[in-house]
Amino acid sequence: MGKPILEIKNLHAKVGDKEILRGIDLTVNTGEVHAIMGPNGSGKSTLAQVIAGRDLYTVTDGEVIYEGQDLLALAPEERAQQGIFLAFQYPVEIPGVSNLYFLKAALNAARKRRGEPELDAMEFLSLVRQKITLMEMEESLLNRAVNAGFSGGEKKRNEIFQMAVLEPRLALLDETDSGLDIDALKIVANGVNALRSPDRSTLVITHYQRLLNHIVPDYVHVLAEGRIVRSGDKSLALALEESGYVGLEELAETVQ
Amino acid sequence: MATQTNPIETFATQEYKWGFVTNIDADSVPPGLNEETIRLISTRKNEPQFMLDWRLKAYRQWLTMKEPTWANIHYPAIDYQKIIYYSAPKTNKDRPKSLDEVDPELLATYEKLGIPLRERELLSGVAVDAVFDSVSVGTTFKKKLSELGIIFCSFSEAVQEHPELVQKYLGTVVPHSDNFFAALNAAVFSDGSFCYIPKGVRCPMELSTYFRINAKDTGQFERTLIVADEGAYVSYLEGCTAPQRDTNQLHAAVVELIALDNATIKYSTVQNWYPGDKEGKGGIYNFVTKRGKCLGVNSKISWTQVETGSAITWKYPSCLLLGENSVGEFYSVALTNNYQQADTGTKMIHAGKNTRSTIVSKGISAGRGQNTYRGAVKILKGASGARNYSQCDSMLLGDKCGAHTFPYLEVKNTSSSVEHEASTSKIGEDQIFYCRQRGISTEDAVGMIVNGFCKEVFRELPMEFAVEAQKLLGVSLEGSVG
Repeated sequence: MGKPILEIKNLHAKVGDKEILRGIDLTVNTGEVHAIMGPNGSGKSTLAQVIAGRDLYTVTDGEVIYEGQDLLALAPEERAQQGIFLAFQYPVEIPGVSNLYFLKAALNAARKRRGEPELDAMEFLSLVRQKITLMEMEESLLNRAVNAGFSGGEKKRNEIFQMAVLEPRLALLDETDSGLDIDALKIVANGVNALRSPDRSTLVITHYQRLLNHIVPDYVHVLAEGRIVRSGDKSLALALEESGYVGLEELAETVQ
Repeated sequence: MATQTNPIETFATQEYKWGFVTNIDADSVPPGLNEETIRLISTRKNEPQFMLDWRLKAYRQWLTMKEPTWANIHYPAIDYQKIIYYSAPKTNKDRPKSLDEVDPELLATYEKLGIPLRERELLSGVAVDAVFDSVSVGTTFKKKLSELGIIFCSFSEAVQEHPELVQKYLGTVVPHSDNFFAALNAAVFSDGSFCYIPKGVRCPMELSTYFRINAKDTGQFERTLIVADEGAYVSYLEGCTAPQRDTNQLHAAVVELIALDNATIKYSTVQNWYPGDKEGKGGIYNFVTKRGKCLGVNSKISWTQVETGSAITWKYPSCLLLGENSVGEFYSVALTNNYQQADTGTKMIHAGKNTRSTIVSKGISAGRGQNTYRGAVKILKGASGARNYSQCDSMLLGDKCGAHTFPYLEVKNTSSSVEHEASTSKIGEDQIFYCRQRGISTEDAVGMIVNGFCKEVFRELPMEFAVEAQKLLGVSLEGSVG
């Protein structure tokens, strides 16, 4: 069991006037994989976005400690440079900017921050070639514009490919399984599993248990109405598959 | 959250980095415009009679013309009697024979601009004809070019050395009476560049001119004439910068290109005149007439422009496609920030059979900038099989700027085809957040997204220029997001 990498205490967040997170408590240790499940609108994606620093959301109470420091005081790019990676539910297209160029800028920003020398074009190319085989992606994708004209499955794979190159300390996978057929799901899961290590922690956000057959979590948390209403091991996910999310709202009222 | 500011809200102070003034004694004529001024300019330049006659004809025409008001730009009335129409650095009375004789301060100015003539001459293989205010100060590589029969010199020099060529082609593309600003230019233009590529010669280097407005209250009216004879090829680069002033300065230039049979002219511009401060004070009024004539069969004229400067840009580099199978191209990036206004685009006039044209326009508006694309595609009766493709994309940064598109199509031939595509996008906060989540700062993200947007145009620029243009966009957008 590792040390805590992420400690979330009584986290409240709203968008506009609408409160979405209503007191989240969660601790993730290094090397652990946590799954966050829950019905639509329960706040799963909001939690990931708040950790990543999206300023659409306003934190109204609580704190988030990442590797011993106040995460909420950091700009999104600082969080990223310090090892937080969000695999987006809807990866964004950036026309005219090649995947390769984008990823090199991202990696070198993090290396610069760590005081490491920036990779030159040749070093970078050999690194990405090695990583791209992991995701069973065509090398030609590297020269295409970021996510532009990618299929849904290609976009999701591209996210995990980026994660493989950036080697984060804390990975947040936001509904990475949505829109994937079973073959693509396996490729993505294999990629994520290959990146499991005692130094890396992962938060897997998913609506369905299906992904968790392939990425087996250490812990499962169920979110409803902005609170964690249940926590358990991987068997909790299976139980939910049976019973569904019905009745969790009432449970949410009783958990404080 | 830590920050609540909208990342693409405000354009903060971005100092104009080229805003310095060079102290050199200038030999100027008094402000104001009348026939005397024109005679004085012509005399100072020791011009032959045909030039003076042409200038006076243009001036008389200009007196009957009205400043155009159809463009989507707004500015206080220009007082044409307050402008100084001729200013030459004094050191130039005795024309320098080599760069060694050029005023060191003048050379230092070019150093600041990042165009060290000597370095360019020695290292980069680019021949530079530099226009400082109104008179060319140094023309490099002339010897090497002259061995190929290429003439590349200042306009004044061409008038002295090659009057027959000047007389043959001057005003054949942009007549003295073409429009208000072109007529004014014809009357008072002081210098510019002249280029002639003889039959079958491929110009072995990029020809380059840097224009710079220096003296206070000086209008710059340069005129460029490029002729590519049969089978010739030339790539011409033009870059512009002006010092920072509180007052507005007028720049009314004319460029004429002529391509004969099987000839190609590629003309690239990076325009970075002073845009005014962030309140919209000062800045260059840039009223430019640029036009190319594809006179010969299979000839080609390609315009590429990156317009990031000037308070006002009024400019429509156009092609007259007369020769069969001739090709016209227009690739443009125009960026308006703060209170800048740009009304720019092109005209493609298809007269010859199977003529083709391509238009790719990228407009970027930020701050309170107003960016207008205005383009006309005309396919005349005889232009059977003519084709045009136009693409106009606009990008908005923030919600106080504007993008406007006015495409005019006129097709008088049933065998031709015209395509027009247009799009408007906003730099999305989701795009910026995506970049930031990957560790890329907001500023770098904006630069990256904007450069990606302009990629189709940048790849038309010669390599060195493309790098410069990308940097310029980055600089123009610096501090634009908070």
